[in-house]
Amino acid sequence: MTAFTNHATIEMRSSLRNRQLLFLTYAFPLGFYAMMGLVMTQINPMFTANMIPAMVIFAAMIGTLMGLPDPLVNARDAGIFRSFKIGGVPAINIVSAPMLTTSLHVIVVTVIIVVSATPLFGAPAPSDWGWFVVVTLASLVAFAGLGVLIGVVSSSSRATLLWSQLIFLPSMLLSGLMMPFDMLPSQVQMFARLFPATYAMDAYSGLAYGAETAFNPLASVALLVAGGLLALVLAMLLFNWDRNNWTARLQPAFGLLAILPYVLGMLLL
Amino acid sequence: MTNNIINVTGFRKVYGDFVAVDDISFAVARGEIFGLLGPNGAGKTSTLECLEGLRQPDGGTLQIAGVDPSREARKLRGKIGVQLQTSGLPETISASEAMKFFCAYQGIAPRYDLLDRLGLAEKRGAAYGELSTGQKRRLALALAVANEPEVLILDEPTAGLDVASRVELHDLMREMQAGGTTILLATHDMAEAEELAGRVAILLNGRIAATGSPLEITATGDGLTKVSVHTEKHSLEQVNGSFPGVQQRALKEEYVVYFSSDVGPTVSALINYVQAHDDALVDLRVERPSLEDRFLEITNAGGKK
Repeated sequence: MTAFTNHATIEMRSSLRNRQLLFLTYAFPLGFYAMMGLVMTQINPMFTANMIPAMVIFAAMIGTLMGLPDPLVNARDAGIFRSFKIGGVPAINIVSAPMLTTSLHVIVVTVIIVVSATPLFGAPAPSDWGWFVVVTLASLVAFAGLGVLIGVVSSSSRATLLWSQLIFLPSMLLSGLMMPFDMLPSQVQMFARLFPATYAMDAYSGLAYGAETAFNPLASVALLVAGGLLALVLAMLLFNWDRNNWTARLQPAFGLLAILPYVLGMLLL
Repeated sequence: MTNNIINVTGFRKVYGDFVAVDDISFAVARGEIFGLLGPNGAGKTSTLECLEGLRQPDGGTLQIAGVDPSREARKLRGKIGVQLQTSGLPETISASEAMKFFCAYQGIAPRYDLLDRLGLAEKRGAAYGELSTGQKRRLALALAVANEPEVLILDEPTAGLDVASRVELHDLMREMQAGGTTILLATHDMAEAEELAGRVAILLNGRIAATGSPLEITATGDGLTKVSVHTEKHSLEQVNGSFPGVQQRALKEEYVVYFSSDVGPTVSALINYVQAHDDALVDLRVERPSLEDRFLEITNAGGKK
């Protein structure tokens, strides 16, 4: 445990020196939040009701889906994982340390949004703070799991961008972040259930705000945790130490299995 | 009971259709510095990476410090130290953080003294990305020896090092050997191998072309000993007649250079000639064929000598 704590501490310090990562985890989501607060609340007053969860999910997706994968690909390609293997660093620590530090950065951004959204933009605060924390953590598990899985299976930085955008863009448009989920056509709603952001928004609405939801919010939390853990397990099975030496136990296509909990959610909820 | 700490038997490594290492066997005794020499693509790094547990062998058996690296990689980590030919660290991690990081995983206290010893005292807080190539290699070496390994594997350790760092590295290697550490050294630098290694193996096209001590290897070649003579009155420059054992003769600045297959009679005859012609020796140098000469001889012959 000491080695992992030390690993995570060094990872945190390194992330604070990484301008690109700081931009992705702080400047970009907070800038977008400020812009949405100033513009979107004027154009669409309904947005204010969901502003806090929507912006927290946005920050989580940016930090994890955009921030996590690329450093993993670069580290593998630069031979850093080879050095880690020689130094006795377990693969689980290599992927879980950045998951943890990125999640901590997202939590800081979440606190800033939660503290400022009500006084600045009149966004309603959660009615149940305990569930708000639980849903935030479950969402982070889901998104961070997908983030490391994308980093592990991608052959290049370009590929990470492609995979990340395949999740990020539909989530932004269809998961209830920009417009209410129940306003979408039913076929589009079904498609939107393939994305964890949909379940995160549902869980926030039902559990943290006490609102009516499209499906069982407790099941949404369970799906988010299951999806994140499955993605993490797949990332371990697909982890490759060296770009020139395939050592993973499965082929990258098995990474698509990470979508399985959300497919079940689409079919069963 | 054998005293060998590394045993490689019938080892084979294949990449697709390309046979990188083809049925090689060698053993390294405990406390020995063993050099693995060969041109690029000879199979040195493949051999080392299988011994380090980074790659799986395609045939044969490997054992290092009592461990099969292909099956017990985790157990191996506490027993060996490795400086890879190509590796890296995160750009933003500092040298002292890297030391703390890897020592924590080895379960030992950080060895910051090694950073000082290897000339990184003023770079302890510098980010890895700001270090020069030589400084990065020295840091990699400090990390490799921090756990006081039973076996230290060095892949081209002096590449990119300046003269002072190279001397410091050689001193450190000798010190570690004296402390009982076995060192497996892959290098292009023949002088380094000749100076440090008790025994070497020359790899060529995935096979061992020669093995033994540097002296044994140079002795088995057909290289000629070079005898360079400089006299006051240059009496030898005028003589085209032959001396015993001399195969070739050349003039180089103030020296007459003879290439001899029988150095004793050659030197004796040259001294007698100089004295008989009222001349005096200014300098006389005898240079045996170096490991590099023999290496070139073997590689040029495609490993058939």
